[in-house]
Amino acid sequence: MEEHRPDPDQLLDKMRRETERSREGQLKIFFGAAPGVGKTYAMLEAARQKHAEGVDVLVGLVETHGRKETETLLQGLEVLPRQGVEYRGKVLQEFDLDSALTRKPAVILVDELAHTNAPGSRHKKRWQDIYELLGAGISVYTTVNVQHLESLNDVVSQITGINVRETIPDFLLDRADEIELIDLPPDDLLQRLREGKVYMPEQAAAAIENFFRKGNLIALRELALRRTADRVDEQMQVYRQDKGIKDIWPAGERILVCVGHNPRSIRLIHAARRLAAGLRAEWIAVHVEAPSRVRSSESDRKQLADHMRLAESLGAETVTLSGQRMSEEILTYARSRNVSRIIIGKPSHARWKDKLFGSPLDEIVRGSGDLDVYVISGDVTKPHLHPAAKVQRGAVRKREWLWSVLTVATCTGIARLMFPYFERVDMVMVYLLGIVLIANRTSIWPTMFATLLSIAAFDFFFVPPQYTFAVNDVRHFVTFIVMFIVSFVISRLTLRVRQQAEAARMRERRTAALYNLSRDLVRERGAKRLSEIAMKHIGEVFDSQVAILIPDEQNQLAPSVTAPSSFTPDQQELSVAQWVYEHRQPAGLSTDTLPGAKALYLPMIASSGAIGVVGILPKTATDGFGPEQFHYLEAFANQTAIALERSFLGESAQRALLKAETESLRNTLLSSISHDLRTPLSAITGAATTLLQENIIIDEVSRIDLLQTIQEEAEHLNRIIRNVLDMTRLESGVIKVNKEWQSLEEIVGVVLNRLGERLNDHPVTLRIPGNLPLIPFDSLLLEQVFMNLFDNAIKYAPKGTPLELSASESFYTVTVELADRGPGIPPGEEEHIFEKFVRGRATGGGVGLGLAICRSIIEAHGGKIWAENREGGGAAFRFTLSSAGLPPAPKNEEETSHERI
Amino acid sequence: MTEEKELVLLIEDEPPMRRFLRITLQSNGYRLVETETGAEGLLQAASRNPDVVLLDLGLPDMDGFEVTTRLREWTQTPVIVISAREQEQDKVKALDAGADDYLTKPFNAGELLARIRVALRHALRQRSGRQEPVFSLYNLRVDLAQRQVFLDDREVHLTPIEYKLLTTLIRHAGKVITHRQLLTEVWGAAHVNEVQYLRVYMTQLRHKLESDPARPRFLMNEPGIGYRLKYDAEG
Repeated sequence: MEEHRPDPDQLLDKMRRETERSREGQLKIFFGAAPGVGKTYAMLEAARQKHAEGVDVLVGLVETHGRKETETLLQGLEVLPRQGVEYRGKVLQEFDLDSALTRKPAVILVDELAHTNAPGSRHKKRWQDIYELLGAGISVYTTVNVQHLESLNDVVSQITGINVRETIPDFLLDRADEIELIDLPPDDLLQRLREGKVYMPEQAAAAIENFFRKGNLIALRELALRRTADRVDEQMQVYRQDKGIKDIWPAGERILVCVGHNPRSIRLIHAARRLAAGLRAEWIAVHVEAPSRVRSSESDRKQLADHMRLAESLGAETVTLSGQRMSEEILTYARSRNVSRIIIGKPSHARWKDKLFGSPLDEIVRGSGDLDVYVISGDVTKPHLHPAAKVQRGAVRKREWLWSVLTVATCTGIARLMFPYFERVDMVMVYLLGIVLIANRTSIWPTMFATLLSIAAFDFFFVPPQYTFAVNDVRHFVTFIVMFIVSFVISRLTLRVRQQAEAARMRERRTAALYNLSRDLVRERGAKRLSEIAMKHIGEVFDSQVAILIPDEQNQLAPSVTAPSSFTPDQQELSVAQWVYEHRQPAGLSTDTLPGAKALYLPMIASSGAIGVVGILPKTATDGFGPEQFHYLEAFANQTAIALERSFLGESAQRALLKAETESLRNTLLSSISHDLRTPLSAITGAATTLLQENIIIDEVSRIDLLQTIQEEAEHLNRIIRNVLDMTRLESGVIKVNKEWQSLEEIVGVVLNRLGERLNDHPVTLRIPGNLPLIPFDSLLLEQVFMNLFDNAIKYAPKGTPLELSASESFYTVTVELADRGPGIPPGEEEHIFEKFVRGRATGGGVGLGLAICRSIIEAHGGKIWAENREGGGAAFRFTLSSAGLPPAPKNEEETSHERI
Repeated sequence: MTEEKELVLLIEDEPPMRRFLRITLQSNGYRLVETETGAEGLLQAASRNPDVVLLDLGLPDMDGFEVTTRLREWTQTPVIVISAREQEQDKVKALDAGADDYLTKPFNAGELLARIRVALRHALRQRSGRQEPVFSLYNLRVDLAQRQVFLDDREVHLTPIEYKLLTTLIRHAGKVITHRQLLTEVWGAAHVNEVQYLRVYMTQLRHKLESDPARPRFLMNEPGIGYRLKYDAEG
């Protein structure tokens, strides 16, 4: 029985699905074949039942259409007030999604799943509202009729002859936790219709009557029953899998459907969906983009994108391939993905085209080998040699026509000059050359026009009888025809080459823009800079203003940075962005969700999920972004997301490292500090208690001595604390190096002044050249370096020995040296002494941080610090600072002031 | 000293610091009002009209910048801020908002008293509106009426900006002047950020007036804050 054990991966997947589901609300659909079968009634009854059981039920929206029985059922249930949405002067009563979310009942009733919301609502479709309710953990009861199902839409219109515009994606039905089929035999339904119990909008009365024919009703009923049966079957499958009952279906069926921009592709998609559902197979919708087709019209591309989206919404994986030969691309891809069946449309174009250019369908069938190919009425994605120029018809410019005429005229002129010396055939060559030139410069129609014009001119000027369009010799017609065919082929080829080049250029431009973005992103660190770069690039490429919104700790989005190319969303726009972030779906301009927003908002999705939102506000008022731009924008958003994620991860790693380092520093510090702080403290406490003793008499000299001890030790304590604090702050990155151009002499003056009497025992010789330039440094930090170096010298060098401070500049580097005549540095210790908590031998030393702080500061300035023993005894501490660059020079004084002394 | 002793308003929340300041100030003959919070300090300033305010920057209720700004809305009473070393930015903000001087903890009693004396003298001069026509310090003598500068009776030639810089420092003698204040007074409000101008001219001035520019006696640099013409009121 081993093979009947459930697959552990599948079990895990199931568990995950179930946990996700348990957080979401339950969806129950009351499913019917036609209006009037009693779905709303059944839904309300179910709701009353729940209500009686004590469940918190809210009627979100129920259409009673004035029917008494239905209205009676509403009594005793809480009904959510509708929201008035103003549209074209009329106020439409719509479902109030936000109030429902705030009210958060256990179960909510929302009638008419396929309803289209009034413009200005958050979502275009009601099913999107319901999805949001489910996401918020609210269970939903809703109703829908079979004709609204996307995949059955075409079948229904075939049966009834009525086009149903309001459709819902099929996955909603799959998503439903429970489907209740409300079935009513057609005769009973017709009876109810006669009794006036079925609601009919007046304006469509005729159409509805047509709809309620018995034949229609039977067909619709069958569809509804079958769809429900399919679902029951699916549930059975799931049950079998869960229980480890062996799958009776051969696994690995995969269906590929070829999709184009032709509206008939929709039928192919629906057919593929049905086949896939029947086989329980995965399915892939494929579109082949040929380079020569890139110049297809905006509407074609939009159509295609709609088709792809439809396929996606029906559960297909969508793929766009690129290649010159459609058949080859499709077969190669099908093999690589182990596709078992291919669905393709029946060609609708003229047969001669296939004869002339080859038929993609034929090629696929021939090349399919063991693959099954289903040919369904509908169009082949596209005959890839379909004249692309068709689209450009309106775009042909006057200049191109003029160009054609001028070129033909010039050719005629040249031929006229050659006429006395050459054969007529050579004249033809001149015209052909002209046509090649024209094809190179203009589009298809001017070229064809030039071809005809050339033939006419040739006939008129060179074919006897000259200067008439009459032709003496029939052989000349052969010349004309050959001339026409050659011109035609040449122009087609030339145009194709140009279009391919252009397509390649366009792709290259896009790739280049995307590449530029990622290159710039890689170079930078820090979320702020990354955001700025992304904003700049997106802004330039899409001619828009951009906002990058990053969530704060409370998951509330806020603009990360502002730049010249950015915009700041107002509160309303921000709430759109917040929705996008929470639902990880695009919204705003050019989308179905909140299309009234000023800008388009795309989630930035990286490996860890959504990390923020990009808002794109077109600079010029447009209808929004085309599907191509939209996908392109998504690529930009994701690129940015990945870079930002990298930066966030880097920052958190950095923080963790810092924290660890700080922690270890703190530990060392604690052990070290307890001793070093206690020494001066005990001296102070001792001196103070002695002074406070009441019963002893201290002479004046001792009293002053004790007080001086207190003062000196307090100062000592202050220095230790200052160093400890500085070290912690330097290491934790709290201190920022604030470089300004300033004079070294000035800072030395401050230090000498501050040291004051402490230098009494150590005469200081200064050697700072008067012409030393200004150097960029942080005065407070450098002051600390000098203080510590002097502290060190005073501590180690014996009293009375001199100190020398000198500075010199060479090659834009200023080297500063403080030399003493102390004991020097033990050999091999020159590096070691700059480490933390390393102390020399002197008594009353500090914590051993002074030199470590100096090193941190100097290195933060980009300099070096080191120590050496001097010739003749003593130590020399040297450090370098860069003086490269130019200090901003003050303006010439005469220009700023005219007064003289 | 006048008959009525000067009144010092002390706004400080730390009891040990208050104790030290109380003893020091009272034993040096000042009268004292103590408060623990900024709000109470502002109230006392209005009702008692002190001659000088000692303001700690680390108050629990409001920052020194706010207290200074609100005081300056109605009074020119000198304000000396007391700060810890970590409050560099707050200090500059308070000074730019109109505080007269600052002390960094820990400080000694001598420093404190000198600052108070300078502040009181400035306030007095501002009230009387009088400026001595001749200013002298060590071997430096500046004749403000004749616009002449002498070192040991030898005239020193200064450029207009150097002279303006020097007279500005003299006008605030003993007090710290922030970079921003100096730049505004000498170069004009448009140049408040061009500290390097100031550095160049201060260096020039120091080389002309100080015998050892690296160990200045009176043209003192206050790193990160500004400059001070060292000048004790008693001296």
